Amino acid sequence: MPIKSILKLEIERVSILDEHGNYDEKLGAGLIPDADIVKLYEAMSSCRYLDEVAFKLQRSGRMGTYPQNMGQEATSLAAAYVLNQDDWLVTCYRENCGLFWRGVPMEAILLHWMGDERGNAMPRPHFATPIAVPIGTQMLHATGLAWASKYRGEKQIACTFFGDGATSEGDFHEAANFAANLDIPVVFCCQNNFWAISVPGKIQCSAPTVAQRGIAYGMPCIQVDGNDIFACVYAVKEAAERARKESRPTFIEMVTYRLGDHTTADDARRYRDQAEVDVWKLRDPLLRTRKFMESKKLWNSSKEDAMRQRIEIAVNAAVARSEQIVAPEVSDVFNYTFAELPDDLAHQRDSMQTHSLASEATVRTEGH
Amino acid sequence: MANLNLVQAINLALIQEMEKDDRVLLLGEDVGVNGGVFRVTEGLHARFGARRVVDTPLAESGIIGTSIGLAMAGLRPVPEIQFDGFLGPAYDQICSHAARMRTRTRGAFTVPLTIRVPVGGGIHAPELHSDSPEAIYAHQPGIKVVMPSSPYDAKGLLISSIRDPDPVIFFEPKRVYRAFREEVPEDEYTIPIGKARVVCEGTELTIVSWGASVLQCMESIEKSSRSIELIDLRTIFPMDLEAIETSVRKTGRCVVVHEAPRTGGMGAEVAAQIMERCFLYLEAPVQRVAGFDTIMPYYKLELSYMPDANRISGAIEDVFSF
Repeated sequence: MPIKSILKLEIERVSILDEHGNYDEKLGAGLIPDADIVKLYEAMSSCRYLDEVAFKLQRSGRMGTYPQNMGQEATSLAAAYVLNQDDWLVTCYRENCGLFWRGVPMEAILLHWMGDERGNAMPRPHFATPIAVPIGTQMLHATGLAWASKYRGEKQIACTFFGDGATSEGDFHEAANFAANLDIPVVFCCQNNFWAISVPGKIQCSAPTVAQRGIAYGMPCIQVDGNDIFACVYAVKEAAERARKESRPTFIEMVTYRLGDHTTADDARRYRDQAEVDVWKLRDPLLRTRKFMESKKLWNSSKEDAMRQRIEIAVNAAVARSEQIVAPEVSDVFNYTFAELPDDLAHQRDSMQTHSLASEATVRTEGH
Repeated sequence: MANLNLVQAINLALIQEMEKDDRVLLLGEDVGVNGGVFRVTEGLHARFGARRVVDTPLAESGIIGTSIGLAMAGLRPVPEIQFDGFLGPAYDQICSHAARMRTRTRGAFTVPLTIRVPVGGGIHAPELHSDSPEAIYAHQPGIKVVMPSSPYDAKGLLISSIRDPDPVIFFEPKRVYRAFREEVPEDEYTIPIGKARVVCEGTELTIVSWGASVLQCMESIEKSSRSIELIDLRTIFPMDLEAIETSVRKTGRCVVVHEAPRTGGMGAEVAAQIMERCFLYLEAPVQRVAGFDTIMPYYKLELSYMPDANRISGAIEDVFSF
């Protein structure tokens, strides 16, 4: 018997608005109404400005370590824009733009990075999970959340975000396998930003695309230009529809770039060439969206200036509100450990005010 | 002799062991070109090349699992897990495999690896970057757990760990990384695993501690008028029970201080050992000053969580007033 090929695979890449502002009218027809693209642009610009402010806050000791989102605004924003308000958005820590669109207050994100758990508890839409810090763990939760919806016979789906580095973690593979084999309505969005702190993408994935990792699990996969909000919207729409109608997962590789350092604790100049960054600066999602809007006479410099003013006022006000929130009482450390605090934990809480657990213990010993 | 901080002392130990023994290799996330997020492996990629200082995929289970294979093949891998809170995915490999290999194979296979892990709070870090999980691994039979509190000890203990025939978790207290410098010999020296250090001698009370908490103990001792002996365990497991016993028999009083949560922490083990070995010598119950049985808080409240000199002083006074 001859050896024959039994499987040929291909990965499609979607690009609608390129870095020069060229727009594919056919693919992009009716994708995002003009009024919406203006709002999306403002959302990205606002997120970008927050990054600038947060960086300065960290440098001046007013905030802890902060991961900038710079350059990656379009990816999560596209998902939040496409999804229903009650679809789960399960993110890691570079999806501010999507979370803000969903309605998560800016103070929530600020407070989290200011070292305050209450950032995770601020009034917010129920269907956005808190920032996930360990890498690549949250895709399993998204799969479970979507599974619950399927279990209840509801049409709610889940969409999860993670980086290229996260696809090296075992949990990613388990999530993809569960979702594909159990027909879970979840959308996997991989932000391939080329860098996991200092480690380049080729060390995470030797294959020509990250997207093809989905093939191994038997799920549809696609690569999009992640700095092209139209392409991201296109792909998430298609995936969300598949999830809702067929209860099947999709893997979307969104090719983008981390323009900043990993976090404020990092210095990317130690390990990557500025020339590479400069190339990607030209591919910035904000720049090309603005070009697009200007070509359609939706935007001009006076609108840009007015927007900039609005953004600065809003972001600075959010920062001011966040900084005015004083540290919680130390009892806060205990109060959410369980629904009902065990006696010894309550004792630890009450006695820490006197800074000595031992004194309490000794008193009790003497009492016996 | 050079005046080094803890980061530099560990860096020096790694260089010397790598130069001496081609079987030693480093692997982990960002340990190569970037020199580690705390710069502990700074310059080693340039010096020893990508074959021996390996930037791995982002996968803690992968880092430890492949290290086990490397070690079983006779190499001496020194993997780094970037933060204490990221040990989770590697737990299965550490406890189900590294810890058991010698026992399961009756010595036919061994796993001589040293897992370096920055540990503990107090540096304003984000969530899961400030935990103290030493008791979890000390409780797992088959793993040695080391935690130096000074540059001198770090160098000598790391060399011993790398040369040890069994798996060692080498916890590096982040708060000490750049806290102070001390004289560290350029020459090779080792500090045996399982041997505590008497930091200062005293006759009235023994403090047993390890890691960054040793610094707070010293602060508290300086403020006290009592004669206090401070024992830095340096190795959490196997514990230097003889050092504890000798000291407590002399002083009759003991306070144990650690940053990890109180319940099931290694302070409980120290207290139990003292009960078994020194009961008739005790003037007062052993007291623990520890982290609370809560999730390590985000940094706004982390200083309320960690034992400070005031809490330690309070416990000392309580023991004396018993």
